[in-house]
Amino acid sequence: MNFTTHTGNRGLVIEEQLIFEQGQPGRTGVDLPEPAGTKSRLGGLDRDSDVGLPGLSEPQVVRHFTRLSQKNYGIDAGFFPLGSCTMKHNPRLNEKVARLPGLADLHPMQPESTVQGALELINSCAHWLLVLTGMPAVSMSPAAGAQGELCGMMAIRAALDARGENRRRVLVPESAHGTNPATAAACGFTVDSIPATEDGRVDLAAFEAKLGDDVAGIMLTNPNTCGLFERDVRKIADLVHAAGGYFYCDGANFNAIVGRVRPADLGIDAMHINLHKTFSTPHGGGGPGSGPVVFSEALAPFAPIPYVVKKGDGFHLVETADEDDGMQPFGRLKGFHGQMGMFIRALTYMKSHGADGLRQASGDAVLNANYLLARLKDKLSVAFPGYCMHEALFDDSFLKDTGVSTLDLAKAIIDEGFHPMTMYFPLVVHGALLIEPTETETKESIDQFCDAILALVAKAESGDAEFFKNAPYLTPRRRLDETAAARKPVLRWKPETA
Amino acid sequence: MRYLPLTRADRAAMLDTIGASSVDELYCDVPEGALLDAPVDLPSHLGEMQVERDMMALAAKNVGASSVPSFLGAGAYRHHVPATVDYVIQRGEFLTAYTPYQPEIAQGTLQYLFEFQTQVASITGMDVANASMWDGATSCAEAVLMACRATRRKKAVLSGGLHPHYREVTETYCQYSDTEVAGRDGHPEHQASAEELNDLIDDQTACVVVQYPDVFGRIQDHTQLADLCHAKGALLVVVFTEAVAFGAVKSPGSFGADIVCGEGQSIGNALNYGGPYVGLFATTQKLVRQMPGRLCGETVDQDGKRGFVLTLSTREQHIRREKATSNICTNSGLCSLAFTVHMSLLGEDGYRRLATLNHENACKAADAIDAVDGASVINDNFFNEFTVKLSKPAAEVVETLVAKGVLAGVPLSRLYPNRSDLDNYLLVAVTETNSDEDIAALASALKEALA
Repeated sequence: MNFTTHTGNRGLVIEEQLIFEQGQPGRTGVDLPEPAGTKSRLGGLDRDSDVGLPGLSEPQVVRHFTRLSQKNYGIDAGFFPLGSCTMKHNPRLNEKVARLPGLADLHPMQPESTVQGALELINSCAHWLLVLTGMPAVSMSPAAGAQGELCGMMAIRAALDARGENRRRVLVPESAHGTNPATAAACGFTVDSIPATEDGRVDLAAFEAKLGDDVAGIMLTNPNTCGLFERDVRKIADLVHAAGGYFYCDGANFNAIVGRVRPADLGIDAMHINLHKTFSTPHGGGGPGSGPVVFSEALAPFAPIPYVVKKGDGFHLVETADEDDGMQPFGRLKGFHGQMGMFIRALTYMKSHGADGLRQASGDAVLNANYLLARLKDKLSVAFPGYCMHEALFDDSFLKDTGVSTLDLAKAIIDEGFHPMTMYFPLVVHGALLIEPTETETKESIDQFCDAILALVAKAESGDAEFFKNAPYLTPRRRLDETAAARKPVLRWKPETA
Repeated sequence: MRYLPLTRADRAAMLDTIGASSVDELYCDVPEGALLDAPVDLPSHLGEMQVERDMMALAAKNVGASSVPSFLGAGAYRHHVPATVDYVIQRGEFLTAYTPYQPEIAQGTLQYLFEFQTQVASITGMDVANASMWDGATSCAEAVLMACRATRRKKAVLSGGLHPHYREVTETYCQYSDTEVAGRDGHPEHQASAEELNDLIDDQTACVVVQYPDVFGRIQDHTQLADLCHAKGALLVVVFTEAVAFGAVKSPGSFGADIVCGEGQSIGNALNYGGPYVGLFATTQKLVRQMPGRLCGETVDQDGKRGFVLTLSTREQHIRREKATSNICTNSGLCSLAFTVHMSLLGEDGYRRLATLNHENACKAADAIDAVDGASVINDNFFNEFTVKLSKPAAEVVETLVAKGVLAGVPLSRLYPNRSDLDNYLLVAVTETNSDEDIAALASALKEALA
């Protein structure tokens, strides 16, 4: 049935204008009391022009955002195997607890005596992270994973400065996430890329050859961005330590090993943990995140302020450098004390799972990924041999001669009712397809997804490239012109000029 | 376990398909001895009811800011958040989506980001805004780095009125990139003039950073400073911690600011004991390609319909790697949505009225406090926050008032622990949430404590 409607709407998919195109002067969605007319004390800087905001009633606002929400794909709606992002179920209990007035309605500058429960909660969340990683110290302040990297690399820089050493080269595998080199650069390091082996791991010989007395350390993701465990990780740790450098581990994929492998046992010096990936805080369309960083004894003294300590029967927030002997914090990373709302959710999740459940979760995540890999490996081209960890990586050689690209296939997957996998990352694999089912998916949903992919691959092989080039067909919008968007950026709504 | 759907039979069947004998076999690349054979030393799983009870017990050990008369600000403000806001951000289509990598099925997120950018640009009086940063303090640091890139200079002058956390974060971000951070912490009884700041600008100065209203609550016209900066080839960065203020005062854009950034928590977001919050970041059209963070732009789809995509990503780490404008990856997604929804509910009339009510309440409280012996309001002008000089150390007074069931404000000694000259100053914030009874309770408790 291909016809256009009068409104442009298509049943439940309703076209929705910008709020700026819907407003009427005099309308509002809040009822506030009439101001008293007090003479202002704004220093003569009273606003003398309109802000330019539209007026909408509450029902209009509810309808607007409800309609917008219906143009989004979320985990709640379906299978979301976006590799390296870990789109696992977000429990609603976490959301409920994070909104308890005794936790959400706390001002960060309240006297310590009025926030003992909050400080205990931060301390408790920190304790779980320390036991799970086996590490001696943790900084809870980083606002997100990328800031966690910054936190770890700044601690390394501070430790080198304290040693009086001018080491400036950081080794980063070419498969690394873009935040790794960007972070190293932000700390004044230069980035030296390490090649990968045929089996998707760090080339140990190449790595060893690059070591020298100007090497500050290595930034290594483990399990790595190809979804593989770096089997030489201990040798890498020993070598970098012997060369006088530090081992920063990108813990983005900690979800694959939590409860089964302690990073401390692998010889790391610092590692950030993305709470949204391993501990189920919501991705929220792109944040907010939270990236606590665990530290070895060598780096612990350089952790940033603030941090929580237990003193007597109370908890205390250390906010200045000179308060505690032996600590040489490299500075402050954000306002106030970290992403409390995320600690609440993560702790709620950790307590729900417990030590036994977290271990089961990582095992199921790896099992699901390997099952998916086994189901697809004959028709798709597996990037590297052997078992994977929590995600399965394929290259695009299976699409060779079909005229269909990874992107085209992803767009056709959308029409089948799934969120596509991660495309074109990691960069070390041509036309990469990185698929991460997570532990919260059923075998049935993985089977449905695999069946759909296999059917699409058969269709591609049958020579119907044109079908793929124009997919998706059934979405609120079809392929968007990203080139035009970048060439003449329109980044805001503006009133039409008469 | 309620979050894990695999049954014993599923696991067995899947291992069979894989051709592995156990899950442990899948971990065969883990070095000898590093694979644990039992759970770590932490409690076992708990049912939903028990977890909720445990967390409620922690919550019960705190004094909620709204459970008593409360006057804390200093970068985080308690405002009424309409019920609609929380309803919208808990819709699973927003809560459980991710970065809109597939714009065809993420138009909901992308369209609200476009609306968010427009709202932020509108209230700050700037041309464009990004899709949000982590918080106000990191936005400030990123603004300084951006100014350095744009001017190819390596020095920032920070005004004494800047929130000390913002200063500290900026110093942290600059310390390893050879960027000099000049300017000292301020004093509530001395406000740097444009000329004084001008004296610190040299030919290496990338930007001057001022806060508006400043950390002590003062409001200053920065038009002259903008001109002085521009005459020397430097940019003016205007930082804010209270986004409601721009409903009552002139926008920083009207001064000629080049970058305006700050904290958006006070619109749509709870106090959350300091995070997550949402950094707002706006600039001029000319500087847009130097911006950090994600940007959402308008385009059309292949049927010619208007749609939205993330754009100008060649600035970002996933493309540019070590040459990116910032290492930032995510934004503050849900917090920016909360901001957008609250701002949509307010609209022009609501936003302006909310700001007026805040200011009027603050005027009321300032008069009540000024009438107390041993307390005097320092500010000649303010929006919803001002500094009070007390006859006793403010931290002690605050503790005394906790016992009387009043959260009196933030002692400056909390923000400036090494500045004994500021011990007797108290920062008091007053919003629309403070009733006349709250203000009377604060004044009478202060009177007793200072007697």
